[in-house]
Amino acid sequence: MDRDRVETVGLRWLRRLVIAAFLLVTVFPFYYMLVLSVRPIERLLLDPGALVVGLGELTVSTYAEVLKATEDGGQGFLAFIRNSGLVALAATLLTLVVAIPGAYAVSRLRFFGRRQVDFLFLAVYLFPSIVIAIPLFVVFTRAGLRGSLVGLVLVYISQTLPVSVYMLKNYFETIPVSLEESAAIDGAGRLGIIRRISLPLAAPSIMAVALYDFMIAWNEFLFALLFLVDKPHRWTVSLGLAQLADGVEVPKTVLMAGSVVLTLPIVLLFFATERLLTEGLTTGAEKA
Amino acid sequence: MTTTAPGTGRSPTLEQPAGRRPRRPLTLRRRESRAGLALVAPTLLVVLAVIGIPIVWTVVLAFQRVRLATLRRTGLFGEFTLDNIERVLHTPGFADTLVTTLIYSVGSTAGSIALGLVAALVVRRPFRGRTLVRASMLLPYVAPVVAMTFVWQVMLDPQLGIVNHWGQRLLGWDTAVPFLSQESTALATVIAFEAWRYFPFAFLFLLARLQAVPGELEEASRVDGATPTQRFRHILLPQLMPVIALLGVLRFIMTFNKFDDVYLLTGGAAGTEVVSIRVYEFLTARTDIGAASAQAVVLAVVLVVFVLIYLRFFARRVD
Repeated sequence: MDRDRVETVGLRWLRRLVIAAFLLVTVFPFYYMLVLSVRPIERLLLDPGALVVGLGELTVSTYAEVLKATEDGGQGFLAFIRNSGLVALAATLLTLVVAIPGAYAVSRLRFFGRRQVDFLFLAVYLFPSIVIAIPLFVVFTRAGLRGSLVGLVLVYISQTLPVSVYMLKNYFETIPVSLEESAAIDGAGRLGIIRRISLPLAAPSIMAVALYDFMIAWNEFLFALLFLVDKPHRWTVSLGLAQLADGVEVPKTVLMAGSVVLTLPIVLLFFATERLLTEGLTTGAEKA
Repeated sequence: MTTTAPGTGRSPTLEQPAGRRPRRPLTLRRRESRAGLALVAPTLLVVLAVIGIPIVWTVVLAFQRVRLATLRRTGLFGEFTLDNIERVLHTPGFADTLVTTLIYSVGSTAGSIALGLVAALVVRRPFRGRTLVRASMLLPYVAPVVAMTFVWQVMLDPQLGIVNHWGQRLLGWDTAVPFLSQESTALATVIAFEAWRYFPFAFLFLLARLQAVPGELEEASRVDGATPTQRFRHILLPQLMPVIALLGVLRFIMTFNKFDDVYLLTGGAAGTEVVSIRVYEFLTARTDIGAASAQAVVLAVVLVVFVLIYLRFFARRVD
């Protein structure tokens, strides 16, 4: 056999093997999390290697403990879910309201400083969030915004805005200018063009950006920790879970139930919209 | 939103009384420029207010004597001092932290790009279930960092973790390995976590680029007798290099600034203290805002230097 044949056959098998390995490595932690969350802790201590849950030992008491309000002896995650949901939704909507006109302007209109905008957004990434965290901590403390969800929403908007504008801009650039020009000839004003032509055409991309913003806001941890840590009733799910882990002797199974509660909404959302999201995220990336 | 963006309706200059010499209406170009600025203004305002000003302020704070308790009395232009910078540079462990951050950033960046490249190459051609495989590969990146670090912690737990359980049973480990709490393995484990969590990012971009490589290129080289590995080395890799270089910068910057992952995995213990964790410690445990800012500024400066070196190095190689 010549080298080409050996390589082709060898790589075909290697490829299958590698795909299987990747699947195992990426999916297993999620499966493990789920399995542990429905096992009683005593069973886990007896047999830590088990990978399936017997029907007899299946329990949902871990979830009950996590979700129940603190007054009822639970960990109050229902309230955290509400907080996280509120913050993430508000941040997403407001980001879009700000980012859509901005992205449109950068992609379509010639104005002073247009070229510098891209650079500005890149420069923003050079600075760690911990750097901007300090002054924000100071300002929010003074303004009484520390410990409020409003402050958190504001920070999340600023965190997702650069990427949102970038992604939307790439998409707007793929819409033919001639469509907008013909609308302009028909007498539509600038905002009319955006509303009637660009927005409907960019709808998939806007959805993708919205999902991205929502995920970032839902998953965020550092700012929630800095701003909300002494206000337990305002905790987000991420923060609540981290605090739960620091707390006294919480069984690992309960911790895993909390992790499932935190992860499940995001994973469901992701699988429901995967195609939209990956295409939206990488539009224009092949040109790079 | 700025519904009154100039350029949308008739501009007010048109309705001016023609008393003196009538002003000419705005040109289309000027109206476009105004509309552009008006539409981009909210974005700039938010970025400037919540990111730009804080960055500048951090630099100012770094040269002031500020503690949380004295915060209310400190003005923006109080006394300036080099004390903070000096203190940060002379606090024991500063150099160690920097080295750790560097190893952590380079290791994680290289790891995630390498994994992402392999992943992109194996799912490049269609096969049954490809969409599902691709989606699964993105999971580590999409899922919340808090949950992911906890799953790893539990999996690697010496008593009830599955890794140690099977490691001792199948691989013949003598004792349980406390991956995240002993000096010899903690940093490597954290790097492995980062590579695992962020390879999907590289994967996405490399896959998009791979699919844009024209088929004729590979066809032609196949006709010329190039084997699969040769085709990868001489056709695909050169096409991917610019993306890899870009990913290198992006991932390096992001990892260098990373806080959550290390904080949640080890809390900075067992030789995994990176600079951002130190900033956090200064800020919360010691409530020393001046020192925290100084440390953050040092972090940013070091990062800028590294990125410049990298860009110079790569600019030369790619050209």
